[in-house]
Amino acid sequence: MSDESPTSTLVSLHGINRTFYLGDSKVHALCDVNLTIAHGEYIAVMGPSGSGKSTLLNLIGLLDRPDEGTYMLEGRDVTTLGADELAAVRSERIGFIFQSFHLVPRLSAAANIELPLVLAGFSKTERAKRVSQALQEYGLTDRANHRPNELSGGQRQRVAIARATILRPAVLLADEPTGNLDRVTGEEVVKLLEKLNAQGMTLIVVTHDQTLGARARRQIRMVDGGIARDVTNGAVVPNDAP
Amino acid sequence: MKVTDTFRFATNAATAAPLRAGLLVLAMSIGVAAVVMLTALGDGARRYVVDQFSAIGTNLVIVLPGRSETRGFNPANLVTSTPRDLTVEDAEALLKLPSVKRIAPILVATTEINAAGKLREAMLLGTNDEYIKVRQMKVGLGRFLSKDEVGRGSAEVVLGAVIRREIFGAENPLGKTVRVGDRRLRVVGVLAEGGQGMGMTTDELLIVPVATAQAMLNSNTLFRILVEVGSREQIDEAKARVLKTITQRHDGEEDVTVITQDAILETFDKILNVLTLGVAGIAAISLAVAGILVMNVMLVSVTQRTGEIGLLKALGATSSAVRQLFMVEAILLSLSGAVVGVGLGYAGAAVLRQLYPTFPAYPPLWAVLAGLATAIISGLVFGVMPARRAARLDPIQALSKR
Repeated sequence: MSDESPTSTLVSLHGINRTFYLGDSKVHALCDVNLTIAHGEYIAVMGPSGSGKSTLLNLIGLLDRPDEGTYMLEGRDVTTLGADELAAVRSERIGFIFQSFHLVPRLSAAANIELPLVLAGFSKTERAKRVSQALQEYGLTDRANHRPNELSGGQRQRVAIARATILRPAVLLADEPTGNLDRVTGEEVVKLLEKLNAQGMTLIVVTHDQTLGARARRQIRMVDGGIARDVTNGAVVPNDAP
Repeated sequence: MKVTDTFRFATNAATAAPLRAGLLVLAMSIGVAAVVMLTALGDGARRYVVDQFSAIGTNLVIVLPGRSETRGFNPANLVTSTPRDLTVEDAEALLKLPSVKRIAPILVATTEINAAGKLREAMLLGTNDEYIKVRQMKVGLGRFLSKDEVGRGSAEVVLGAVIRREIFGAENPLGKTVRVGDRRLRVVGVLAEGGQGMGMTTDELLIVPVATAQAMLNSNTLFRILVEVGSREQIDEAKARVLKTITQRHDGEEDVTVITQDAILETFDKILNVLTLGVAGIAAISLAVAGILVMNVMLVSVTQRTGEIGLLKALGATSSAVRQLFMVEAILLSLSGAVVGVGLGYAGAAVLRQLYPTFPAYPPLWAVLAGLATAIISGLVFGVMPARRAARLDPIQALSKR
């Protein structure tokens, strides 16, 4: 499916509702959300805390299920899939990047990158090949045997990105990818993500950072569980951002 | 996820917290070591008793006067109901049976020995020259009783080692005369030290010819007849023949009891096996405690590694894969505890054997296997709950927790 044209539909959300119960109070995290995302898009999801950004991201990432509505991923209705089928789809088609990196502290950088391959049951030789290639691509070869606590923040996030992309997913979901990094390393990480997007990987970034959000070709602004503004501005060049 | 990868990941996770893993292995190993050592003790006791009983000789059939079972009407009961004495002649008659190799009549009484101005109470044992072979004892000095004809006892005595030491000290007792009861007997030999059997030491015995003992005690009856059979296979046959012969000689009345050494051994074996099992059961309680500890440690581990579990799920791990990872970790921990425990148990048993050389404290194989199996099963059983909890974790909440 990766050879589809970039304009074909990747994600199609229709009438999505998601409600949480916190004690007695009902929280409408997502209210009647309709959203279509094409292959190869670069989207920034912005909005105040509690506006439903993360819920939307988790839902697209198949970590959460909608209470109502349909979600088609690459033309396939994933709302009806069982837990194990969802795990398989997550493994093959979706890559996650977290604000706090979520590296396994006892495993080396190489072992962290290898993790999705291990879980997917790849052979040892195939794993070694892919991991060494990824280490090279992300400039981590000399850091391969270091534990996460021996790596800098930028290196950690690069390990996390290498891990998220090792299985060549269709979509990369990043939740505040620069939130725990200083400005310079944050810039590096964003450039890395944009490079991946330029290679055809769909990129969805959730962020508070206006500067970062402005670099995306499409900006979605969420308020109170609904999409308040959806601006596609293909003409904006990232370097033009203030 | 491949099985080897599951094991590698679980091993890595277990060893990443060495103190936690170490304590758990320690607890499990103490449980298993307790099972191994206590069964070694129990089984040692069983062997000790069996050895003691075997020490009275091999392939023995024992005849004792009196009937131990109740029978229905028997014509002989009409004629007489007085149990006949078990006599030396009965014993001689048994020797003619084909499967019988040796016989030794026994008569026992307490008596006094008086010699060199010293007086001592001692156990008198009247028997024949074959006794030493039947009982497989050794003479330390001089010779055993000489073969004499039935009913004609010579005035000789063989002393137990302790009696000899207490009466004669370092002096050579051979050829000396001692007074036993109202008789004067010549010392012809001394038994080797340390012989025992049926909880009775031979070191304090005075052994005299059976006829001499009968005359001294003014009695015609025997205490026991020991019959040594040619081979183990002949024991049952010999037992039947012995009973038949004596019944015939006693005018058709079955007034003796014939027991085999095997039957007695079997009974002791059974009783002490049950004892060993009981002891093992008590030790198994500590294994259950260790199992609960496994559960506790694994639950803590699940809580500590919430983020990791969420990540694994986000990376495409199925719930069953997560469950397997935690199960394998629990089993690996309890298994290594079990292996260490078996080692400790064997070492402990070896120390016991060093301290008490006569006590054969060897852990039986079944107990070792049962200990290992219990450890693994408790790891499995008590690992299930934490593993299920890990598998059921909501990845979103798990990931949001730092």
